[in-house]
Order: sequence, then C-alpha cells, then structure tokens
Amino acid sequence: MSSSNNKATSKSSSAGLGAKIKNMTDTNLLLTITIVVFFVMYIGAMIIQGAGFLKPQTFFNILNANAALIILSCGLSIVMITGGIDISVGGVTALISMSCAVYLDYHNGNVATSLLIALAIGLAFGVFQGFLVAYLDIQPFIVTLAGMFFARGMTTIVNTAPFNVANEAFVALKGTRINVPGMGSVNKLGKYVNAYVEIGVIVALIVVIVFFCILKWTKLGRSFYAVGGNSQSALMLGINVKRTRFIAHVLCGLLAGIGGFVYFLHVGSGSASHASGAEMDAIAASIIGGTMLTGGVGNILGTFFGVLSLSTIQNIVASAGLDQAWWTGITRAVMLCIFLIIQSVVIARKKK
Amino acid sequence: MKDESVLEMRGIDKSFPGVHALQGVDFTLRKGEIHALMGENGAGKSTLIKVLTGVYSKDEGKIYLEGNDKAVEIRSPQDAQRLGISTVYQEITLCPNLSVAENMYIGRTENMLLNWKKINSDTDKILKSLDIPAKPTQQLGSCSIAVQQMIAIARAVDMECRVLILDEPTSSLDEQEVAKLFKLMRDLKAKGVGIIFVTHFLDQVYEVCDRITVMRDGKLVGEYAIKDLPRVQLVSKMLGKELDDMADIHGEQTAYDKGADMAPVLEAEGLVSDAGIKPFDFHINKGEVNGFTGLLGSGRSECVRTIFGADRVTGGKVKMNGKPVKISKPIDAMRNGIGYLPEDRKIDGIVGDLSVRDNIILAQQVLKGFFKPFSKAEANKIADEYIKLLSIKTASSDTPIKSLSGGNQQKVILARWLFTHPEYLILDEPTRGIDVGTKIDIQKLVLKLASEGMSVTFISSELDEMLRTCSRLIVMRDRKVVGELSGDDLNQSKVMSTIAGGDK
Amino acid sequence: MPNNSAKKLNGTNALQNLFRNQIFIPLAALLLLALFNLIMDPSFFGISFGYNSLGNPVLSGSLITILDNGSELAILAIGMTLVTAASGGQDISVGAAIAIAGSTLLRVLCGTNSRPDTLQAPIIVAFLISCVVAMLFGAFNGVLVAYFKIPPMVATLILYTAGRSIAAWINNNELPIISEPSFGYFGSFIPGIPIPTPFFIAVICMIVITLVMKFTNIKLFVQSVGINDSSSRLNGLNPELIKIMSFVILGLCVAVVGLIKVSRISSINYSVIAKDIEMDAILAVALGGNALSGGKFNMAASILGAYVIQFLTTTLYKYNVQSDALPAYKAAVVIILVVVSSPVVREKFSKIWKNLKAKEVG
Repeated sequence: MSSSNNKATSKSSSAGLGAKIKNMTDTNLLLTITIVVFFVMYIGAMIIQGAGFLKPQTFFNILNANAALIILSCGLSIVMITGGIDISVGGVTALISMSCAVYLDYHNGNVATSLLIALAIGLAFGVFQGFLVAYLDIQPFIVTLAGMFFARGMTTIVNTAPFNVANEAFVALKGTRINVPGMGSVNKLGKYVNAYVEIGVIVALIVVIVFFCILKWTKLGRSFYAVGGNSQSALMLGINVKRTRFIAHVLCGLLAGIGGFVYFLHVGSGSASHASGAEMDAIAASIIGGTMLTGGVGNILGTFFGVLSLSTIQNIVASAGLDQAWWTGITRAVMLCIFLIIQSVVIARKKK
Repeated sequence: MKDESVLEMRGIDKSFPGVHALQGVDFTLRKGEIHALMGENGAGKSTLIKVLTGVYSKDEGKIYLEGNDKAVEIRSPQDAQRLGISTVYQEITLCPNLSVAENMYIGRTENMLLNWKKINSDTDKILKSLDIPAKPTQQLGSCSIAVQQMIAIARAVDMECRVLILDEPTSSLDEQEVAKLFKLMRDLKAKGVGIIFVTHFLDQVYEVCDRITVMRDGKLVGEYAIKDLPRVQLVSKMLGKELDDMADIHGEQTAYDKGADMAPVLEAEGLVSDAGIKPFDFHINKGEVNGFTGLLGSGRSECVRTIFGADRVTGGKVKMNGKPVKISKPIDAMRNGIGYLPEDRKIDGIVGDLSVRDNIILAQQVLKGFFKPFSKAEANKIADEYIKLLSIKTASSDTPIKSLSGGNQQKVILARWLFTHPEYLILDEPTRGIDVGTKIDIQKLVLKLASEGMSVTFISSELDEMLRTCSRLIVMRDRKVVGELSGDDLNQSKVMSTIAGGDK
Repeated sequence: MPNNSAKKLNGTNALQNLFRNQIFIPLAALLLLALFNLIMDPSFFGISFGYNSLGNPVLSGSLITILDNGSELAILAIGMTLVTAASGGQDISVGAAIAIAGSTLLRVLCGTNSRPDTLQAPIIVAFLISCVVAMLFGAFNGVLVAYFKIPPMVATLILYTAGRSIAAWINNNELPIISEPSFGYFGSFIPGIPIPTPFFIAVICMIVITLVMKFTNIKLFVQSVGINDSSSRLNGLNPELIKIMSFVILGLCVAVVGLIKVSRISSINYSVIAKDIEMDAILAVALGGNALSGGKFNMAASILGAYVIQFLTTTLYKYNVQSDALPAYKAAVVIILVVVSSPVVREKFSKIWKNLKAKEVG
C-alpha cells in the first residue's frame, strides 16, 4: 500500500515543474528556454554595452556572418533528432568552397554550375555516410569523423594554396546586398544608412522555414522524432527506421551542400582551413537550441536561435574587451559543456 | 469451436536449438472474452505469443481467424497487425517524445502530408469513447504509464483489431491505474474484442478474466472456465504438482534443519530498495538453507538484490553476525562475506568475451584488490580446480565463457562465488534454463555447502527444488512477504495456498 | 565450438588460428606496406649514418623516421586502447590536450619571461606539473563519460573545441622558446646515441604498461567493465571509477607525448602541434584489431598498429603526398576497416562464403 502511494507521488513530481510546463512537450520547453535566453542576452547587451548592439546592422551582421552556420546546423539538428551525429559538415564546407573556387577561376565556370557542384558534393557525402550508418549499422561518429578527415584532405588535394575568387559574375553575386525595409541607422557623417542582409541570409531563412514545416507537420518529419525517441517503438509503429535514418543523413548532406555554397558566397575564397570547427559550432548550436543528444527532441527554430545565441555571446565577449582569439574557443566550449550537462541531468531525471 | 471463436491455434510446434519450446499447443479465443494465459518461466507462453504476432515463425500447426476454414500465415508483426492481431507489451512500445495523436496515427499511412486537424479530432473521439484521460496534443511521455498503456490499446483498437494481446500490462501500474485499465478491458470485451491477458498477478486474473489457459514446459495443461478453477488448483497446475501427491517429498531435508537453532549470520529489518518492493524483515542462520518463493514477479529477486546492495537500498538495518553493517553497493556485501548469483545470467552474470578462467577469479580478484593480481599460474590452477570440482564442460580455461552452454556458464558463475568463500551465498534461480543433470548437481552442492556451515538463500521457480533444499521458505505475493513456512508447514499444498492467498 | 574444431588440427585450421590472432591484422598490414615499398623503391629501407647540426652521431632514413614519429603514436595508443576498451568510445581531444600539456610545460620552464636564458624550473618538475594538468583534463573527460553518461566522443568534443585555446591562454598567446639544449634531447637525439630518443621513451612506456598489466588487475577490470558494465558492478567493481581511470591514464600518455612534441622544436605552435593525431591514435587501436565498441583489447597489437600507421604516413610522404592531404587517405583506410569489421558486412560475407563452400561440395 505504502509503496504504491510512493510511486504515485514520485510520478506526479517528476512530471514537471508546474501545470503549464507539464503539458508542454520537451521540444517546446527547450525551445522556449533557448528563445528566452537569446532575448535576455541580446537585450542585456543592448542595455549594458549600448552603442554597437543598438544598431540594427549589428544584428543583421550576426545573420550575415552566420547564414551558412544556420544552414549547417539545421542539417545537424535533423540527424541529431534521429539520434545520430554528423561531424563532417565543416570539412564538406571547406571542400565545396575550394572546389567551387577552382572551378570558377581555373576553369572559367559559371555560377549556376558551381552551385550544382556544391549540392552534388554535399549529397554524395550524405548518401555515402547515410548508407554506412543506416544500412551497415556503423557508429555515425566514426563514419562522419572519417568523412571530415576525408573532406579536409581532399580540399588540399583539389588545391593547396588559398586564393580569392575573381570570377566577375560571382563577385557581383557576393556583393549583392538586400536592404531591410524600415531598418537603418545614422552613420558618423550624419547620413542615414539602410540595414542590409546578404543573399545567404535569405537562403538560410527559407531553409529554416521549410525544414521547420517538414519536421513539424509531415510524416517524414515526425518519423525523425519517432526514430530518435525510441527506434524500437518506431519499428513497432510501422516506421521504416533504416530508411528514415538514411534520409536524415542525406538531408544533412544536402544542407551541407547549400550551407557550403552560402559560406563560399560569404567569404569568396577557397582555403583548406575554411570553416574549421564549423561542425563543433553546428553541434553546439543544435544543443543550445534544445536538440537532445540522445535524439527525439529538438526544433529547427531552436537551432536558429542557438546559432544566434552562440554568436551573440561571442560578440559580447569580444566587446567586453576579451578579444583575444582563445576566448572564442573557450566560450563556445563552456557553453557546450553547460548545455550538455543540463541535458544529461534532464535525461537522468526522466529515467527515474 | 462452437462458440464464435475469433482465433484458433491448432497443434503449434516450435523448436529452438536445444529447446522444444512449444509442443503441439492448442489455444482458442472466443469473441468478447478475456482469456488469461498462465504459466511459469519457460512454460512457452511468450513463445506462443511471439508465434501469434509473427515475431517467430512456427514449425508446425495452423492458425485460424474468426471461424474461417482457411489457415492464415503470419510472417511479420506487420502481417499480424493487418490481420487484426495487436499486441500491447509490458514496456510501452510508443514514442514518448511524440504527441498522443501522433502515436495513434504515425506509421499507418503512406501519405507524405498529414491532416493534423483530422488526426487530432479523430484521436479526441477515440480517447473520449474509451474514456481515456488524455489530450491529443499532449506529449505521450507526460501521461502516466497506465494512460500510455491505454493509448497503446486505443491504437490497437482503432486499427480494427479482433485479437488484442496484453503482455503483462499491469506490472508497472499501481492499484488505481490497474482499475482504470480493467474498465477499458471490460469496455472492449463488450465491443466483441477477444483479449489474451498475460500476467503474474493471480488476483487480477480472478478479477477480470473469463477463462484460463495454463501451459507448462511448452505443453498445454488445459483450458478452464474461471469458476471451475480455484486458485490453489491454478497454482498447482502451473507448478505441475497435483495437490494429492504432496506428502512424499517432505522429510528429505530434515537432515539440514540443524541451521534452525544456530546463531543468525545475517539479520535485516525493514529492508527496502527502489525496485518497488515493500519493506521486509529477514534473517538466516549459520548453515541454514532458506528460500524466497512466490510466482515470477512477486518480488523475490528484488528482495535478495536488496540484501546484496545490487539495487539502491532506501532503508532498513542489516546486521552481520550481530554487528550492524552498512551495505549500499555490491562490494560492501562482498566484503561482509556475501555472494550473489544473479537471476539474469546473460546481463548480470557472465562477462561474455572473457575466458572461463577470468570469469571464475573475477569476484575474488576484486576483493583482493587492484594491486594484487593472481599470477597466471595461480589463476590457471584455481580455474582448473573449479572446472574439475564442478565438472564444468569447457575446451579449456581459456575458452570465452559465452561459447559454453547455459548450464556450464551457470557453474562458472557458481565457481566464481564459491572461490570467494562466502559465509552467506545467495542463489537466484541457479537452475533456470539448464539441463536436469546440472540442476541436481547444483541442489546437491547447496546441501553440501550448508552442511559445511555456509548459509544459503535459494530461489527457484520449481517448487520441489525449493522443498528439497530449503528448511525455511519466505513466501511472497505482489511484492511483499506474506508468510514464512518451516517445519511441518513445508509441503506443497501449504506453500501453494500461501502463494495463492485470498479465498481458497 | 571454435575450440573444438581447432583441436581437430589440419593445415587450414592452423592457418585459421593465425588469422584469428589479433596481432595478425597489424602484422599483415605491415608486411603489405613493406612489400609495396620493396617493389616500388627498395631505397626506402636504406639507413644512413651521419652527424647532425650539433655534431651528434645520428641515423637517418625512412625507417628511423617511422621509429621516431611512430613512437609518439605508440604512447598515445596505449592510453587510447584503455579508454576504448573501458568506455566503448574514443577520446578525440588528445591533440588539443597535447597542446595544453606542452604549453603548461613551457610555461613552467619559462616562468614569466617567454624567452628565458636559463630554465626557471628543472625539466622534471615542469614535466610532472604538465602530467598533473593533463591527467586533470583526462579526469574531466572521464567524469563526463562515467557520471553524466555522455558518449565519449561527444564529451571529449568539449576539450577538442577549447583545448588549443586553453593552451594559448596558458602562455598568454606568446610563443616561448627554450634555448637550453638539453631540453631538445627528448624530441631528437641524446649526444652520442644515434637512435632517436622518442623511441626510448616509447620503450619505457611499453615496459611500464607491461609491468602495470602484470602487477595490477587493470586489464581484467577494464575489459570486464567494457564487456559487461552491469555484471562488473555486481562483482564489486566500480565501473565509473575504472572509466575515469582509463581517461586519466590517457592523460598521462598525452603529457609524455606533449614533452616530446615541444622538445622537438623547443617551442610550440598552438594550432599545429599534434594536429589530427587523434585520428591516428584511433586508427592505431582499430588497426590493432581491437573492437572500437569496447571490451577485450590487445595492447601489443595497438602499439604495433601505431607503427604501421606511421609506416603508412611515411610511405605517403615519400610519394609526395602533402601533409594536409594525408587525412584523406587515412580516412579511406578507416572506412575500409570499419566497413569490413561491421557485423552486417561480416554476416553477409560469411553467408557468401558458406554458399561457395556448399557449391564446392555439391
């Protein structure tokens, strides 16, 4: 008798903090936390550090600089929601930048074809890695670790020295600025300057919206969550688990292709050291955005805010005078560490 | 058969390498009945269910559905679902991170886009009609286990199942939750669904079921209407002992009763762990063999795990040889001279890839300490000694333990604990899944050890083994101790009636 | 069962036994590589004797390079094997941790001045401090893995991200240079001895680990935890502690490699030092035939694996492959290894093998 009572109370206490949170899905709960954290951080920076953060362009520069990372992180979130991981995206981005750069400058290629090359490289990695992970049942970390080294090595094989792309059509596209209506600030000369974003930001926003919808409302999207939540159950519910895992990696590859091209468009050069550590940033952004390492929980919108949080905190650290290079790495790692531990505590609690 | 049957299984036969798991089993399920499938470990009930749900393919026999003359073939769980056979397992096989409605409908259509409005409103209707207290958009994981269980059932029902198999659905539910589940089962019964109910709880069988099919050792014992089979009879049929021939076995163990008046080796008071058992008192004397008995799932393993510190101990006092000791993890128990052979050999016992030798010396090696390894020669000598002593059949002491047969693996684990020379040895189901010869060897060994002064707690699903070896039995039902039998009370009918409890 | 069949010995079974021995895999790879070089260019095996710029007698040649650089890897492989066996995952932060250990070492040697004329502390003290630091970071990884149950590769991702930054921070982002010549001995040659010092250090490490495995229960306990966590606990082991211990030992190995690495150039380059070495260390463990999912391990095979990897690297260099392109080739080797050793592929192969045999008989 007493034990059954114990059980009942422990169940209700572990169910949540309050009635509202109790009825919230894990995904939405973590998403809310992320968005709140971001706004608190950004508004706090505006109040304390003023000047820079008050300009709209500061915010849009964060977007401009991180458009590629947003896209890469979306791909990673998908894979992580199915319970996997992909650490090859940074290497793939470098490989794409170098391949496109070589194609455009040394082979007088056109921009459209270079985009196709980027997508093809991304997809090839996605398909190959997805096959090994889903159908041969090899640990995704090992597979994509090899993928990362392969991509980095191949980048050097394609071309050793870093160089800037001079192709005219490409440079024109790279320089394209899209004004944000109604946003702007007065510069030092007293002239009003409209805030702008680069093309990559538009692409990133489209990717976020499209994949947000796919994950939330389509059968495929929900299958990702089911497989990540409990692959055994998903199988019982009639979901093709292997195919779902495979598709997740293919999508991640495709997004690495798009993200790689956006990155290339932003930096306008090819180099073997491009996007170094991008995979870590993408994983960190996904985790901060509320994607659980164990799979089954996560949200593309959260990932978007995860990227913004990550770069905002770096901006804050930098403008606080801690602009030495190593602070960036340490800040990222500390944030990643904190969120990882939070997650592992959450998981441990749930199991009880 | 004559009643409108929804399912008939005829002469089902299934063998695994070394085991004849099902031998010509018949089973009939009628429309709108709740049918209990009962049997102890290894009786074959889970194999029968796996054949029915397409997890295993049967070797022989036929399955008919709803009086059709044509037998059906069930090759996969998907086949079974299409034919209207749905299963709800003890562990929830839904996705806790998805919403209730998603769990109801995912994996059932080929459409890329889903109409969420319709899905949510359909789910709402079903939940209301079955009186399940959940909202369609709620995350499944935030529902209680009972509600999750019901949602799994609702999914099955909505897929137009005619046969619903509930495999131990109540083992993790509390009393009110069980009541809710039973109400749902009765509702479904009224709608004409045939329900197969597998459980270890006798009270529950008598509360909701109409019929009972009893299996033992892969064979059908019989099918009975609930009113024709009193509890004691049911227990005797499950254990395979007629009530009348109980007298003969007693007396065999009188020689080992001497433990009764020796000093207690271990005394425990109000011991309780986080594994869901009620607090219990326990003691064992020097040279005594006692045992925990009760049906599977009654909490007997949890009790000994608590004594050994294998589960998280949440309360109670323990004394070894009169001195209070604290046992919170296995190494504490080992240092106090307790050994424990766990119930699940594969998961908790063997270290599969390691050699027989390493498996034998492991526990003693841990006790000896990190910096005092046995030399290779010593280890070999010890291993060979125990291989000979327990006549373990292995190519050499270098063979990985996982390539040995179950009985020989068990002997290796036994050797491991004997080598620690414990004062008190706990054996949880040491005879499960091993051949008859080895079973007898182990029982003999237990008695020999006791006569040499070791105290032993022995647990077995086979009552006569317990009666042959133990001089005192602690009886458990529904996760609590309900009685203690010794002396003249140690006979089958008394044990069975204590296990069965309730009205006779 | 395999043992029963082994008893009925005949020619093919003896061969099979050799195949089954774990050390066969790196041995075969070594022979294959040696054969390749022998055919393509036998001068690969040439060793010449000369004097280096300091006037010390030295041996040089590809084989000496392998012995020299492979030794770093062999030391790391010792720790990585233990981590892999106990936790079923790998530590990808070793490169970053080497940067930290090396940086600490230099910091202690230099004190406040980044270009000291004399050492500010004895080398042994500096080394011991760097050992402690590296072991602490190892323990940090171990705690994340053991108590927070984070998969090893993800847990060590944190240090992988931050390690080189921490290393730079320890020395205020300055690049200390040690002018004391004796500090250089660890990474090159001791005057009068023509064989590179790292090889001797590796031999010492191997002797130490052999003694440790002989006089403690490390092998039994680590394997037991790696194979069956739950059963190990019921036998009185503390799986968490053992996992942390394996990471701490890896930390020690990292400190030793850190000493060799900074000694080689008497300075440090935070972003380049021990770059991509984690890949090689993991590869050494895998090439040694050890399951990357943990459990049983064979230390000798791992160490041999490390030298084989270096053999591969040196061979690739010989054919003018750039150092930045090396990872691509090694990644290909990893993929081949994991694919071939994956259960799914093995099952398929054994089926095809059986079918072929059946056909032969029929």
